Amino acid sequence: MIRLHDVSKTYYPKGRRSSSAAVTALKHADLHVPQGQIHGVIGLSGAGKSTLIRCVNLLERPTTGTVTVDGQELTALSGAALNQARHRIGMIFQHFNLLTSRTVFANVALPLELMGMKRSEIRERVTPLLELVGLADKARQYPAQLSGGQKQRVAIARALASRPKVLLCDEATSALDPHTTGAILELLRDINQKLGLTILLITHEMEVVKSICHRVSLIADGELVEEAEVGDFFTAPRTQLGRDFLNDFLELEPPRALIERLEAHPGPHSHPVVRLAFSGDAVSTPLISRLARECSVEVSILQAKVESIQERTLGLMIAELMGPAEKTREALDYLESHDLQVEVLGHVQRND
Amino acid sequence: MSSAMIDLILKATLDTLYMVAASGVISALVGIPLGVLLYVTRPRQILAEPTLNRVLGAITNIGRSIPFIILMVAIIPFTRMLVGSSIGTNAAVVPLTIAAIPFVARLVEGALNEIPPGLVEAAQSMGATPWQIITKVLVPEARGGIFTALTVTVVTLVSYSAMAGAVGGGGLGDLGIRYGYNRFNPTIMLITVVILVVMVQGFQSLGDYLVRKSDHK
Repeated sequence: MIRLHDVSKTYYPKGRRSSSAAVTALKHADLHVPQGQIHGVIGLSGAGKSTLIRCVNLLERPTTGTVTVDGQELTALSGAALNQARHRIGMIFQHFNLLTSRTVFANVALPLELMGMKRSEIRERVTPLLELVGLADKARQYPAQLSGGQKQRVAIARALASRPKVLLCDEATSALDPHTTGAILELLRDINQKLGLTILLITHEMEVVKSICHRVSLIADGELVEEAEVGDFFTAPRTQLGRDFLNDFLELEPPRALIERLEAHPGPHSHPVVRLAFSGDAVSTPLISRLARECSVEVSILQAKVESIQERTLGLMIAELMGPAEKTREALDYLESHDLQVEVLGHVQRND
Repeated sequence: MSSAMIDLILKATLDTLYMVAASGVISALVGIPLGVLLYVTRPRQILAEPTLNRVLGAITNIGRSIPFIILMVAIIPFTRMLVGSSIGTNAAVVPLTIAAIPFVARLVEGALNEIPPGLVEAAQSMGATPWQIITKVLVPEARGGIFTALTVTVVTLVSYSAMAGAVGGGGLGDLGIRYGYNRFNPTIMLITVVILVVMVQGFQSLGDYLVRKSDHK
């Protein structure tokens, strides 16, 4: 439904095409979002997320590459044809971008007015949309009278008014509190299921990816560095940045006192400290007690957490494996053979 | 006070109102579109035309930098061509309007500049044409700011119109100078000033009311 092919965007200061001060915000991005999917792009501030999503509806025209939405190559269009194509792409924003001079009703009606629709048709179209987002009773109010979550609901209704095939969400929940964020995400998932709408969203919040995305891409320095099913990404990110995001999100770091004692290399009297991530069948297997029984190592659990992501269960644990070196080595092999992600964080000296 | 005097004051008041209203309306009709044009032709704006923008900006600045009293005298040939005479109320309306147009334009441009760029971006994402962005987003969103601009302009026009006496334009300022100052009649002077103050207060209140009505922020 959305296909970016080798899209780059370079900004030249003050229109000088050859300046060395040119900034490349997006480098050779390839992205494909199939019909009906919710695809998230996550990255830090300044990584190029905004440029990426603005290239999809050509708010930013890519310097090179092609953008195709619903079988139509947008990068080949301009003027009236591009405006026509944009009617089939809805967009919502971090700061809602509602017109303060228009009522809720008139805001939702705006895209239809732009398309030249008749007043009576507009009324028929807008009222059910306000019902869909739960704001039918606010039709005559002005945006200033609404809360942040309500404003975003109006923006969603407005984005859906032209019956788009695709919805672009630019940090749509970043200005909202956690509770409201949950409600807005719920609404987006609802729309995705009811209307079969394809959604591309950018965010810096793992929570957003976790709760509604099917697939996720990771962006850093203008490059898409990793792409995976959300369940896979949360169990086994392939890049360091992905692991950083995951650890920040799960808040699963060893205790501070332990970090200070960690050494990179094993000593004659040290134990490994490991981070274990397990999903699927491994979750329901009593691995730790088996480890103690079969490999005769003792396991000291320093932190543990179980998360539910896209109907998959993900367990995470930081543990110290205590026993003779050959036994702990054996234990690590045992864990790896049972489909666990094992990462040795370091080694600590025995206290005895 | 003689009834002749009262008639004079009445006529002067009407003259002032006429000059302010006529120049106010015409300068709004020309100044608002010019202000919009100054804004939308800026670099990176919806109708970016840097060269046109610079030319318009320069013309606007020239218009604003010429002292009104000099402008009034300097354009007498133009005034005569336009209204057939270089003296009288109509002759005063011409320089008043020409002075007010760039003033309105810059204030309107400033009002448009207050609109968050995200609103224009949102409209573009909906497939709005530049003309639709101007008529459905920029101007309605800046309505409050535009009313403020027009109020400031009208109040300025009231005081500028007092100088219209220099081209025999009549009005309260002219009356105050000729009867109050030159003929040592403090009563007349005081009355004209009081009427001008009341007039300015009235315009300001009307303007504030319109701004409040149009502001839903």
